[in-house]
Amino acid sequence: MSSDQVMRDMMANLPVPEFETTPWASPPPLSEATVAIVTSAGLHRADQDRFEGRGDTSYRMLDRGDRELILGHWSSNFDRAAYVSDHNVVYPIDRLEELAADGTIGAVAPRHVAFAGNQPDTVSEVRLDTGPAAAAELRADGVDVAILTPV
Amino acid sequence: MCVLAHVLEDAGIATVVLASMRPVAERMNVPRVLYCEFPLGRPLGMPDNARFQHGVLGAAFDLLNAPSGPVLEDYPEVVEAVETPLACALPPRYDPDIAPSIDEAQGLRAAYNRAVARRGATEVGRAVDADGVTGALADLERVAAGEHWKEVYGPRLDTIAIAHDIRAYYQEAALELAGGPPPGARQAEAWFYEETEAGKTLAAARDALTEQEAPSGITFYMQPVGR
Repeated sequence: MSSDQVMRDMMANLPVPEFETTPWASPPPLSEATVAIVTSAGLHRADQDRFEGRGDTSYRMLDRGDRELILGHWSSNFDRAAYVSDHNVVYPIDRLEELAADGTIGAVAPRHVAFAGNQPDTVSEVRLDTGPAAAAELRADGVDVAILTPV
Repeated sequence: MCVLAHVLEDAGIATVVLASMRPVAERMNVPRVLYCEFPLGRPLGMPDNARFQHGVLGAAFDLLNAPSGPVLEDYPEVVEAVETPLACALPPRYDPDIAPSIDEAQGLRAAYNRAVARRGATEVGRAVDADGVTGALADLERVAAGEHWKEVYGPRLDTIAIAHDIRAYYQEAALELAGGPPPGARQAEAWFYEETEAGKTLAAARDALTEQEAPSGITFYMQPVGR
């Protein structure tokens, strides 16, 4: 069995936070929308604090022009080499720039967000504290749509 | 990611999750999910393939047209990991007086330096930088040879970060040496664990730590599951 399948089987039965309803934001047309990336890969600039181990609920704001960020997610259980070859496979910032240039999306957000996965099963702090704080920063930048990329 | 989707939508930002774990997404009432059966660590599927990445993003943005949710769709293209080791020659044994892993790591330094110069960044540095890799290997050799980890490291065991740095150093050097398009997922990992002396040292040290009943939360993350 592949390592990916082992991980998928392990995660399939983990307890997850319960949400009884589905929130629903209605964005403007994509050609007018400001789009951000939110990743759980733990990306950060070299001059930003590293993510600590399991349970670090903090986030980093990444500027639109940042490239070659460090992959700070601490797990050994995913392919880390692809990101070294091409950051877009985790953080498709160059693809968003292309979509903004050809008018498919309205704009690339000035800032993007990285959390680190490997959270406690309750995820309470992200849900109640750091998540809303990051969302407020994106809203302040006029973000309408977020693409969420896990590793 | 699914929790953040809820949080962002509550704040008025429409989200699409490129999910890698379908059963998790299914249980969390997430507004819009594109399930992508790609190797873990590659949410856009294929490195150095803008056409493929745009295909994924296009499918994700299409979900914004749904009038209500939750919406969960499967991306039609599946990408499988490749478990065969990357084809990358290792340096010949140079100094018979030092451990093979340390000799090997020194031999890869020039390739590692070229890789860092090319990319302008490195993943090495969580616990040790490139200059510290041989020392980190020397410590792991001691653990593998049977010394107790507290004798080697003191009270704080940081071997997840140490293992990360050694593996990152090797993988960055290997990608540089192999050249060509990016390898399949898990190929660099397979090369490191199956073909390098450092990979064998790391595995032996992990086994020794397990026998010494080092914290399982640390030994578990020193290597990918199944290795």
